[in-house]
Amino acid sequence: MNRFLYEFTEAFRIAFAQIRANKMRSALTALGVIIGIVAVTLMGTAIKGIDVGVDRSMAGFGDNVLYVGKWPWRDVDDWWNLRNRRPIRTQYAQQINDWVAANPNSPLIVSMPVAERNSTILRGEYKLTNIYTVGSTADMPRIMRTDIREGRFFNEFESESGRAVVVIGFDVADALFPGESPIGKTIRVSNQTFEVIGVVARQGSFLGLFSWDSQVVIPLNAFRRYFSTTNNSEIRVQVDVTRMAEAKDELRGLMRRVRQLGPEQKDDFEINEQGAIREQLDPIKNGIAIAGLFITGLALFVGAIGIMNITYVSVKERTKEIGTRKALGARRRTILLQFLIEAVCICLVGGVAGLTVAAGLSAVVGAVAPSFPLVFSTGLVVTGLVISVLTGVVSGFAPAVQASKLDPVVALRYE
Amino acid sequence: MHSAPLPNASRAVRPHGPLVIDIEGVTKLYRMGAETIHALRGVDLQIHRNEYLAIMGPSGSGKSTLMNMLGCLDTPTAGRYEFASKNVAVMSDDELADIRNREIGFVFQSFNLLPRSDALHNVELPLIYAGLSPGERHERARAALENVGLGERIHHKPNELSGGQRQRVAIARALVNRPSIILADEPTGALDSRTGVEIMALFEQLYEQGNTLIVVTHEEDIARHARRIVRLRDGLIESDGPA
Repeated sequence: MNRFLYEFTEAFRIAFAQIRANKMRSALTALGVIIGIVAVTLMGTAIKGIDVGVDRSMAGFGDNVLYVGKWPWRDVDDWWNLRNRRPIRTQYAQQINDWVAANPNSPLIVSMPVAERNSTILRGEYKLTNIYTVGSTADMPRIMRTDIREGRFFNEFESESGRAVVVIGFDVADALFPGESPIGKTIRVSNQTFEVIGVVARQGSFLGLFSWDSQVVIPLNAFRRYFSTTNNSEIRVQVDVTRMAEAKDELRGLMRRVRQLGPEQKDDFEINEQGAIREQLDPIKNGIAIAGLFITGLALFVGAIGIMNITYVSVKERTKEIGTRKALGARRRTILLQFLIEAVCICLVGGVAGLTVAAGLSAVVGAVAPSFPLVFSTGLVVTGLVISVLTGVVSGFAPAVQASKLDPVVALRYE
Repeated sequence: MHSAPLPNASRAVRPHGPLVIDIEGVTKLYRMGAETIHALRGVDLQIHRNEYLAIMGPSGSGKSTLMNMLGCLDTPTAGRYEFASKNVAVMSDDELADIRNREIGFVFQSFNLLPRSDALHNVELPLIYAGLSPGERHERARAALENVGLGERIHHKPNELSGGQRQRVAIARALVNRPSIILADEPTGALDSRTGVEIMALFEQLYEQGNTLIVVTHEEDIARHARRIVRLRDGLIESDGPA
């Protein structure tokens, strides 16, 4: 055991002496690994970043919310059956809230209606088209994460009376009111005049997922007055997340009563949760991950070939030394270990350098484009180092085996 | 090459110890393409502890092959080879490596030192493979270097040493693991004659200290230092007797 330990430390000593003696050659060889590790780790940060981006976009939804709508959030084969479902009415939210008030122990907490459409928004010469416009109640900030940057959300009274007030997203505010405060000013939403009373803080968006930044919210009763609520309505219900299954059952029963479905009739509505969005995103994410890692893996593979090549050169150059070591009692595994560790050391040097470059690059990207999700983690560093060591072992193995199998008589005679 | 006549006292033949090497009917065939070369055609040789032996012969006589065999670098095609009563002919590569490490000290014509390691580390090398702790290694390597008169130069690298000093480092390396035999292949071949004489004087001293020496050479002057000369020709022992 001791012998193995001493051989091991000796192998490291030789490896570092060797790298020091062939600085240029080692640096060039390590460069291949550096490029490979940079590519792979940046890909890793990007994949990790997708997760973070999805989480960030999902934060507005909250994982304690159930969505009652006409359509399920998944691909359906029989859409023609679903399209004839009766519309979801915004007043269901009030019915649910009344029921919750009467049943304080219910896992359902609060409900809000959502009527939605796309509007064209005008302010003076500024014009925005296709802006997602939501009609809801003053309960909305209780259910959706709504950080107000400036002004306030509309209150119960404004909601009930349907006042023409609007809360706008960050990007909308930025586009319509560059360099000035929008609070108290008016905008036209599909040719109706609304007073801006609040701006929501910047949330950032990712993969075109929901974002507060590019939408506007008006009281539901104002929405009803000016626009139709029969299309695209939805009820959101905040529930006790620890009693999710119970909450879904209860909501389903409640909805069936509200919709007056007989026992023999099937549900003509859908209860969705945000997990379904994730399920839809996962295959996309995995596809990006596999393709990305495969392509960047090729860079690492080229680096590995460089290591293998240089280790073969090293074995050839030091054939006589191998012969001498064998004559002095080095076993096969001693020689094998020596060249393997040499290859691993070059890879580790490359790996550390590569990780440093990758960390620097993601810091720069983070500073220049904060919304671009790159996440550099300790796990990634560990993975990067493990990959470096594995690259060294895999690429050094064949030459090291060749060295270990050299006939000492032939090796000693080699000039 | 001229060697100074040696004083009679040092020519004394020391009493032999037990048998170390016992070779009987050893042959070695090499295949070179379609041709088969008989490097050794049936060699018998017994070497005892505390012998000082020279192996001579012209090139192509099988001298190198016999040396590789004695040094356990190679195994015979046929015949019996026992090293300290152990049958070497059937040993695996790693078992041979262990025998070389513990029982044989090699001295090469071109020294074969590691160029980037200092004298001390070069001498320590066999001890690393023997599994000795760093402390023990330093101590024994230092002692071995002092024994060959290089106590002052233990941290010099080979390129900072003269040819004679390099060969002394190599000899210290051969001695450091207290082997049963020291096997020197043309030990003065790369040295000028004066330095060669010094090295042969060192060998004499090692013999006095009780070491077993086998010197392979084609130079009569060098062979004459030994107490026994084995002459090879065409893969056979031509003569074997006192110098």
